[in-house]
Amino acid sequence: MEQSSWLTGPLVYLAAAVLAVPLAKFFGLGSIIGYLAAGILIGPWGLQFVTNPQDMLHFSEFGVVLMLFLVGLELEPRRLWALRKPIFGWGSVQLFGSAALMLGVAVIAGLDWRIALVAALGLGMSSTAIGLGVLNERNLMSTSSGQSVLSVALLQDVAAIPILALLPLLAAAQAHSDGSGWVGAAKAIGVIAAIILGGRLLLRPALRWIARSDTPEIFTAASLLLVVATAALMQTVGLSMALGAFLAGVLLAESEYRRELETDIEPFKGLLLGLFFIAVGMSIDFAVVLAQPLLIAGVVLGFLLLKSFVLWGMGRAIGLPKPERPVFIILLAQGGEFGFVVFQTAAQAGVIDTPVSSLLVAAVAISMLVTPLLLVAADRWLIPLLAGQTRSTMKEIDEPQNEAVIIAGFGRYGQVVGRMLYANGIQPTVLDHDADQIETMRKFGWRVFYGDATRLDLMRTAGAAKARVLVLAIDDVERSVEAAKMVRENFPNLTIVARARNVRHYFELLDLGVTLIERETLDAALMSARSVLEQLGWERHQARTLAMRFRRHNVEQLAKTAPHLKDEAKLIAVAKQARQQLEELFAQERDEAQKRQALAGWSREDDLPGSPPAA
Amino acid sequence: MPDPAEITANTVLVITAHPQMEHSRINRRMMRSASKLPATASGPVIVRDLYSLYPDYLIDVAAEQALLAQASLVVWQHPIHWYSMPPLMKLWVDDVLSFGWAYGPGGTALRGKDLWLVATTGGPEDSYHPESYNRYFFDAFLPPYEQTAALCGMRFLPPLLLHGAHRADDAQIAAHTHLFADRLATYPRWPELDELLYGLTRHVPEDARPDEPLTDTL
Repeated sequence: MEQSSWLTGPLVYLAAAVLAVPLAKFFGLGSIIGYLAAGILIGPWGLQFVTNPQDMLHFSEFGVVLMLFLVGLELEPRRLWALRKPIFGWGSVQLFGSAALMLGVAVIAGLDWRIALVAALGLGMSSTAIGLGVLNERNLMSTSSGQSVLSVALLQDVAAIPILALLPLLAAAQAHSDGSGWVGAAKAIGVIAAIILGGRLLLRPALRWIARSDTPEIFTAASLLLVVATAALMQTVGLSMALGAFLAGVLLAESEYRRELETDIEPFKGLLLGLFFIAVGMSIDFAVVLAQPLLIAGVVLGFLLLKSFVLWGMGRAIGLPKPERPVFIILLAQGGEFGFVVFQTAAQAGVIDTPVSSLLVAAVAISMLVTPLLLVAADRWLIPLLAGQTRSTMKEIDEPQNEAVIIAGFGRYGQVVGRMLYANGIQPTVLDHDADQIETMRKFGWRVFYGDATRLDLMRTAGAAKARVLVLAIDDVERSVEAAKMVRENFPNLTIVARARNVRHYFELLDLGVTLIERETLDAALMSARSVLEQLGWERHQARTLAMRFRRHNVEQLAKTAPHLKDEAKLIAVAKQARQQLEELFAQERDEAQKRQALAGWSREDDLPGSPPAA
Repeated sequence: MPDPAEITANTVLVITAHPQMEHSRINRRMMRSASKLPATASGPVIVRDLYSLYPDYLIDVAAEQALLAQASLVVWQHPIHWYSMPPLMKLWVDDVLSFGWAYGPGGTALRGKDLWLVATTGGPEDSYHPESYNRYFFDAFLPPYEQTAALCGMRFLPPLLLHGAHRADDAQIAAHTHLFADRLATYPRWPELDELLYGLTRHVPEDARPDEPLTDTL
C-alpha cells in the first residue's frame, strides 16, 4: 500500500466520491452529505481504506482556500455596498446573535469559553450550498425570503475570514502571550498591505500580459499560481491562507478577468472542496460519536432551536410573509460547510481537541441531513397552516370568485395579459404565490389573491368551475405543468391559455391537451430579427412579412415535431430538416421573383417576395 | 379548412371579407347561410372568412390557390367600403391571384371559372345617381372587378347587391339572405348563365366551358 499510495489514494477517493455523491443526490440529500458519507465509508471507522486522514486534510484544505478566492471574486465591493443593510445588518444579527446566544448557553453549561466560542461561531454558519440550491429548486430566489437567505449567506462568507484568522490567536492566547506577537503582527500587517497594494497595481497588468499570450492553460495556471502564491505568502507570516485568497479575490472582483478566473478555478475548487468534505467525514471519531448519542442529539437540537429562535425574530422584524418563514428558518438554522472549516482549523490550531471536533462535525452533518426532512415536514403541515392564516389577514381568496378569466402567475407575463384585459373591461381573478409581489401589485390597485394554482381547493374558490379561460402564466415550468394537469383533470371545460418557457415546456403542455400555448420569447425575438433586417436595408413591410412567415413555418414545424418528443435524435433530425426547408423555400421564392422580373412586359417592381434589397 | 381529400372539383368557394364582422347584420347572416348549405347543384360549398382566417394579414397563398383550383364558382362576398373591397380582400387578390398562376404567361389556373360579386352598400340605391351624393351609378364602380375576372379568364356573373344596408329591416335581410342561399344552391342552373360570355374570349381555350369539367388546371 505504501509504495503505490499515490495511485491508490486518488483511486479510493475518486471512486468513493463518484459512488456516494450521485447516490446522495438521488435521495435528495445534496452533494455535501454525499462527500461526508464517502469519507465516513472509506475512513478509519468504515472500510479502513485510509487510516490517516490528516494528510489528505492538509492537501484538500486548499479547496477551502480556492472556495474563499471565489467568494472574494463574487463580492464586488459595489454590490456589497448596495446590499450593505441586509448583509451587514441582518446577516450580523443572524450570525453574531445566534453565536452569542449559543456561547451564553454553553458557558452557563460549564464549557471552556474558547471551545464554546469556536462551537458557537461554527454552528452559527449555515450551508450556502444547500440553502441556495433549495432556493433555486423552489424558485424562491426572487422572493424576499430568498433575498434574505442570500444576504445572510454573503455575510457568513465575509465573516468566515476574520473568524478563521481569529482561531489561531485563540490558541496563542491559550499557550503563551509574550512580546514576540508584536513582531508577528507587524509582519502580518505588512504582508496584507503588500497584497492589497500589489493586487491593485500589479495584478491586472500582469493578467493582461498573460492573457495576451493566448494560451488558455497558461491563464489557468496563472489563476492557480495567484491563489497559491497569496496563500503561501500569508502562511509565512502565520496568517490564514484563506484570508489571503479571499483578499486576492476581492481585488480582482472588478477586473475584466473575473469571469475567466471563475470558470478556470471552479472545477479545482469543486473537486478539492469535495476532497475536503471527504476528509472531514474520515476524521469524524465515531468512538466519540457512538459513545454519546444523547449528547449529540442534544447539541443538534439545541443549536437548531437557538438559531431558529433568532431567525424567527428576524423573520418577524424583516416582515417576511408568514408562509415563507419556515423555509427561511430551516435553511439558515442548519449547520454548513463553513462550520467544518472552522472546526477543522480550530482543531489544527489546537483550540479544540479531536473528540470535540468530531462531535461538532457530526452535529453539523446531522443537521444537514435533517434539513431535507424538515423541509418536507414544513411543506406538508406548517406552510399550508401559515398560508391559511395569511389568507385571512391579507383579505385572501376565501370567498368564491365568479370572473370569466383567471390569471395564474402575475409576473412580467401575466401582468401584460392582465393589463390588456383590464383595458377592455374584463376583471380577471388573479392568483400569485409570491406574497411580496401581491403586496406591490395591490399598491397599484390590482385585485391579486394569494394562491397556488396547483391546488384544487384554491382553484375551485377562484372560480375555476365557472370561468371560461385560465391564463397559465406561472414562470416555474414544473408548477405550470402540474397546474395544467390538475385543471385538465378537474375542470375539463376551462380553456387553458398557457405561457411556455421553452420548447420542452411547450411539448409538455401540448401533451396534456393544451393547445393555446405561446412561447414567451418567440415573438420578441422575431421583432428583433425584423429590426436587424430593417437595419440591413430590407423594407420594413417586407421584414414584417418575412418574420410572420417564419413564425408560421416555425409553429407548423413544432406541431410536426411533437410526435417525436421522446426521441431526441429524431427531434434534432426533424428540426434540422425544418430549418433547411425554410431556407430552401425562401431561396426558391427569391429565384422565382428574379425570373418574374426578367419576363419582359410583365415586370412589376413591387411583387418580389423575399428579395434582399438591391445593392 | 376541409380535408383536401374530400374536395373534388366543381366546388363553390365563398370568399367572405368583413373587417368588422362583429357589427355586421347582413354579411354575417349571409355567410352563415352559405356555410349551412349542404351542397349546390355543382358541388360542395366552402366558405372562407378571411378576417377570421388571417387576422394578422398573412395569407396562406398555397392553401388559397389549392381551394381556388377546385372551384367552379368563386363568390366574393363583402361590404363595399369606399367604392371598393375591404383591404384584406384586396390583399387576397394581390397575393393569391399571382402572376404566372392566375394571369400572364402560364397563368391559366382560373380559366373558365365563374366569379360572382355579392356585395352590400351603406348608401341607398338612389344615392348611386349623377344627381345624388355618390354621383355615379353603381355600375361605374364595377370595372375593376370585371377586368380582374377578365384578365384571369373568368366569367363575371351579374352581381347580387343590397343597397341601403344600414336601413334594411329584418324582413328585407331575411329575404336577401334567402335569395343568396337559393342562388348558391341552384348554381350552375341559372337561367341567365347561357347568355353570358367570358370577358376575354381570346384567352379562353376552346375546350374550357363552364359546363365541362376542367382538366388543365392545377
